[in-house]
Amino acid sequence: MATLLIAEHDNSALNGVTAKALTAAAALGAPVHILVAGQGATAVADAAAKLAGVEKVLLADDALYAHRLAEPLAALVVSLAPGYDAIVGPSTAMVKNVLPRVAALLDVMQISDIIKVDAPDTFERPIYAGNAIQTVKSSDAKKVVTVRTASFAATGEGGSAPVEAVAAAADPAVSVFVEEAIAASDRPELTAAKIIVSGGRAVGSREKFAELIEPLADALGAAVGASRAAVDAGYAPNDWQVGQTGKVVAPELYIALGISGAIQHLAGMKDSKVIVAVNKDEEAPIFQVADYGLVGDINTVIPELKAEIAKVKG
Amino acid sequence: MKILVPVKRVVDYNVKVRVKSDGSGVELANVKMSMNPFDEIAVEEALRLKEAGKATEVVVVSIGPAQASETLRTALAMGADRGILVKVDGVVEPLAVAKILKAVVGEEAPGLVILGKQAIDDDCNQTGQMLAALLGWPQGTFASKVVVEDGGFAVTREIDGGLQTVTLKGPAIVTTDLRLNEPRYASLPNIMKAKKKPIDEKTPDAYGVDVAPRLTVVKTAEPAGRKAGVKVGSVAELVGKLKDEAGVI
Repeated sequence: MATLLIAEHDNSALNGVTAKALTAAAALGAPVHILVAGQGATAVADAAAKLAGVEKVLLADDALYAHRLAEPLAALVVSLAPGYDAIVGPSTAMVKNVLPRVAALLDVMQISDIIKVDAPDTFERPIYAGNAIQTVKSSDAKKVVTVRTASFAATGEGGSAPVEAVAAAADPAVSVFVEEAIAASDRPELTAAKIIVSGGRAVGSREKFAELIEPLADALGAAVGASRAAVDAGYAPNDWQVGQTGKVVAPELYIALGISGAIQHLAGMKDSKVIVAVNKDEEAPIFQVADYGLVGDINTVIPELKAEIAKVKG
Repeated sequence: MKILVPVKRVVDYNVKVRVKSDGSGVELANVKMSMNPFDEIAVEEALRLKEAGKATEVVVVSIGPAQASETLRTALAMGADRGILVKVDGVVEPLAVAKILKAVVGEEAPGLVILGKQAIDDDCNQTGQMLAALLGWPQGTFASKVVVEDGGFAVTREIDGGLQTVTLKGPAIVTTDLRLNEPRYASLPNIMKAKKKPIDEKTPDAYGVDVAPRLTVVKTAEPAGRKAGVKVGSVAELVGKLKDEAGVI
């Protein structure tokens, strides 16, 4: 039987993490079908159909799925489940909300946040904020799996899978969408960015975060991240948090500014290809994972860094 | 309205865990244990709802070894009214935990169950959603705000890119994110008082729940290490290295 992959999208564009989760889904060895559940999401389904190796795209286009609330979406996935051996999704806020609900309805123990597929029933996943990697083998007949997308390369395009409409499932009618406050930004998304500029508590204030961290990110075409301490202090919005309980990222370049490097933060960024750390405390744990460390005050280093980058980018 | 809050005993968040040399798991002997931080936030939220007159009783439940009663005492010292200990030794997976909690909900009939969004030991982030599924209740996961409304709840959730607000028909499940509140510390008099609060002991068998794991742990290993690199002396040197050595800008 096949593997069902849940697509992450915003009704207009397919999110790049889907192609990364596809790589993990394909590693299970069975044909992959992608489920696009949304409203007015035809363009998303078309984009999913172009991903290499996809056998079929299922499009459930209904107002019920406009915001992908857990209750109706889980009901839809469960209605499709008899045709699948495995149900897979990227570890996004949406999938983390929906898939455990699906797993319980199917009486399956979900395998969260896998970083490697060893066999169709055996997976590696981090525990204790990534301080240990556990290999687990599932005895459930169906597998329900979420994928840490930072650990998988994206599958490319080149496919031309058919798009098939699927009917909406019955609405459990227990939840109602009220509103969403999504910050509009021209910056790349954290989980897709090639470069991330991240600020910590040492930045000092919301104003200084905007004045120091954000312009440097823009000069590099980077996404902006933050440590939990910076988010808790109100310097940065919650969805910028990188770490065990925030987003897990693995960009080409991660620049940590005024971040001491608590294990919970390191858990979210230590798989980055190149790590730069700037901190005035030379004993800060962040230097133990940094490829390039600079001991100094971010207030003076960041403007210099911006000027120097402008020079080399000329 | 009664609020049920499940709490888990986990390795303290300040402890850097070590993998056992034989790969059978992580070293848990003589390690400081505490209440899962997200569960502390859950207890706090329940107490605030009670203090605001929106709830009448806060019941805490823990599933784990005998020592999990210490975790319950912590919650009772914060202000919860009574505890339930479902005694199990060994690993209980989120699915089995959700099944036990479903049975507890059946006995206690709470109007709201507040759970931490994830435990910092297994990092699964599943139990609340699974419990909601088994009960057929709505779920407000990763909550940063909970408002009690007529017949239900308005929950603001931390999602990718921002915040989402949903209304849930009661009874409902809420799981906590970090920004929901700042948990209180238990005062000494309250710690003393907590010793007299009742804790009921149960077993999974009494609830008819099979806790046999569905996942076999094949091995536990250290993550691939990352070595410290070099310290650079100046910004110019740093940018030079990023351009010429690493080739990332």
